[in-house]
Amino acid sequence: MSPTTITAHRPLRWDVLILGAVLAAVLLILSSPGAAHAAAPETPGGDQEKTDFYFGGVITFDDEPVPDVTMSISGGGFEGSTITDAEGRWRLYVPAKETYTLVIDENTLPEGVIVDPAQLPEDLQPVSGTTGSFEVEFGLTKTKIVNLFLGEGERVTQSFVDQLMIRLVNGLNFGLLLALAAMGAALIFGTTGLSNFSHGEMVTWGALVTMIATSTFGLPLWLAIIIAIALGAGLGLGLDAGVWRPLRRKGLGIVQVMIVSIGLSLALRYTFQFVVGGSTSQLPGASPEPIQFGPISLSYIDLVSMGVSVVVILAVAFFLLRTRIGKATRAISDNPQLASASGINVDRVIRIVWVLAATLAAVSGILWAYFRPGVRWDMGTQMLLLIFAAITLGGLGTAFGALLGALIVGIVVETSTLWIPSDLKYAGALVVLILILLVRPQGLLGRKERLG
Amino acid sequence: MDWGAIFNNTLSYLLSPVTIAYALAATGLAVHFGYAGLLNFGMAGFMALGGYGYAISILTFGLPWYLAMLVGLLLAVVFAVVLGVPTLRLRADYLAIVTIAAAEIVRLLFTTQVFDEWTNSADGLGNYNGSFQSANPFPPLPAGDRYGFGPWQYSPQQLWIIVFGLIVLALSIFVVWSLMRSPWGRVLKGIREDEDAVRSLGKNVFAYKMQALIVGGVIGALGGIVYVLPSAVIPSSYTTALTFFLWTILLLGGASTIFGPSLGAVIFWMVIALLGNLLPQMAQAGWLPITAIQAGTLRYILVGVALMLLVIFRPQGILGDKREMTFVK
Repeated sequence: MSPTTITAHRPLRWDVLILGAVLAAVLLILSSPGAAHAAAPETPGGDQEKTDFYFGGVITFDDEPVPDVTMSISGGGFEGSTITDAEGRWRLYVPAKETYTLVIDENTLPEGVIVDPAQLPEDLQPVSGTTGSFEVEFGLTKTKIVNLFLGEGERVTQSFVDQLMIRLVNGLNFGLLLALAAMGAALIFGTTGLSNFSHGEMVTWGALVTMIATSTFGLPLWLAIIIAIALGAGLGLGLDAGVWRPLRRKGLGIVQVMIVSIGLSLALRYTFQFVVGGSTSQLPGASPEPIQFGPISLSYIDLVSMGVSVVVILAVAFFLLRTRIGKATRAISDNPQLASASGINVDRVIRIVWVLAATLAAVSGILWAYFRPGVRWDMGTQMLLLIFAAITLGGLGTAFGALLGALIVGIVVETSTLWIPSDLKYAGALVVLILILLVRPQGLLGRKERLG
Repeated sequence: MDWGAIFNNTLSYLLSPVTIAYALAATGLAVHFGYAGLLNFGMAGFMALGGYGYAISILTFGLPWYLAMLVGLLLAVVFAVVLGVPTLRLRADYLAIVTIAAAEIVRLLFTTQVFDEWTNSADGLGNYNGSFQSANPFPPLPAGDRYGFGPWQYSPQQLWIIVFGLIVLALSIFVVWSLMRSPWGRVLKGIREDEDAVRSLGKNVFAYKMQALIVGGVIGALGGIVYVLPSAVIPSSYTTALTFFLWTILLLGGASTIFGPSLGAVIFWMVIALLGNLLPQMAQAGWLPITAIQAGTLRYILVGVALMLLVIFRPQGILGDKREMTFVK
């Protein structure tokens, strides 16, 4: 933790270049389309983790089975894929009895052939604007058979530009809600020096409270959200009063406090699982009708989500730039001793920062529950590393850097699925994090200073 | 309440492959954190590389078991270098964030469908232990017979895994012990206390840190190999929770001690096994107002609380000396 002679601004070195080349090569291998072709499983569904629920069926064309068709399924934060075998059979296991989107990769079908809409079962319709995507749901049983018959037809496909636009908008949406959590984490890091590993649980908390208030207590959504935000602030206040402030008083080292936050993260996470169990549940109105904007289909929830994020971010910016406490926060981030000597009540400001960060995290959690969609006990853990990536990208400890970093992470995560398989999209953002540290360790907005 | 089964199960964890594997990984972590002061939160990645390197070398490339293990260890060395070059010159918390991110990248790469041919994606790998068991020195027993007594009864296959694991653990502990009392180890501890002081003595701090990262990573990968010897490689075991459990073990036993990590692993797994057997039965007997599944979750809440309390009140652990923990700041 003591300074080293290596400054952040140093010329590129051969080892850095080699490493960058290695990482780039890894990315290139991942992005090559040839790598994406896996073999069909020996038994249908044999390539996946078994669960209690599955969709299955056969794909036939003129009564002949069609092998080697790539099928994928997504929904509720889950994604899976498989390939039809020689008999045209496929099976996709899913974690819960919910509605999923089933997608046939039309590039793996014979030329000029699509799923024949005339031969679809009555309850199955292609998602508007496509010919190979279907909303599927279970009946009364734990399995659902979806047999698809192919016929000659014109494929409705999205052009690359359209797909890119859709991904960019999704990425912007995700980046904005990630920014809420990341700005809070950056403020905490700036004022206390703590990389808060329990930030993910503060995100989960907002979503969980909303879920419990609406489903268990049957409250209307607006009231549930107000309660969730209030309890989010309460969690921040409680944690500061019960854990962080006593530890500051005790003079615990920053590494120790960081490990305490890891312990807190484990304890909170498993407490959530203890209370709500391991399943995924949805908030009310989680799958609304989409509205078309040219090629981009957005639901009103996406629009509200982006609007809320922007307004909250602007409010935080106003707080930091225009109010006395906000200025004090930035002063402490800059130089805590000097700030303390100029009469700023550091302890009080840090408490406000914890409350603010926890509130922002709760809002982010509610929005994320709609974005994924679904509420799960460990949803925040999945976001934690992206939060770290965002604040490191932007320069540790600056809230506006975290905003920029979060937008980059969000857009990288969503657009990367155009080139790499979707089950690696989070890995893409983490690779970007390591690459940035190689060439610009102080982050994008960080000051050039001695890091080390 | 079946007290006999509860205690038998608990005591069996004194000598189980998973305990030995965790002890090895925690010993590696002790080299990183306890002796070099490196905040490595990517131990799960080292373990995954060890386990997968071993299993894939056998299944895909048909290597004999000892060469396969060597591949796992080499992968850990490469991983350590890749992690170390960008971060060892930076502030300590950068290493923490980069290691945890890198371990997640490793896990996602082993879980993805893309490399299904080699990794079998989310299903993990199995049936690779023929080669290792063909080297089993313990003769087979007549059906129904087992080696050992009381809670410690093993088939020849299990016994070979445990004996092998214990030999590896003993060797690793010996290596760490001799390294740390050598001049190299003293420089390392010096870096942990005050990097600049050591640098001003003309030592190459970066090289020492890198060597420590590699040594600890290799021991962690050995733990990963022992971890997968009994049955299968399952990608979902290598989440960040695994790394955090290892940190709990390390801080429980004593971060800067030779035997602390092993002691911590034994205590950790025996407590987990005890609670894992006791709590569901208490729930079923109606002594606790919770379900059996909740009783299983309760253990991990306690792990988190234990980690917090340990760091706050006894950061040196059971075997450690508080004066040696001044570097944790």
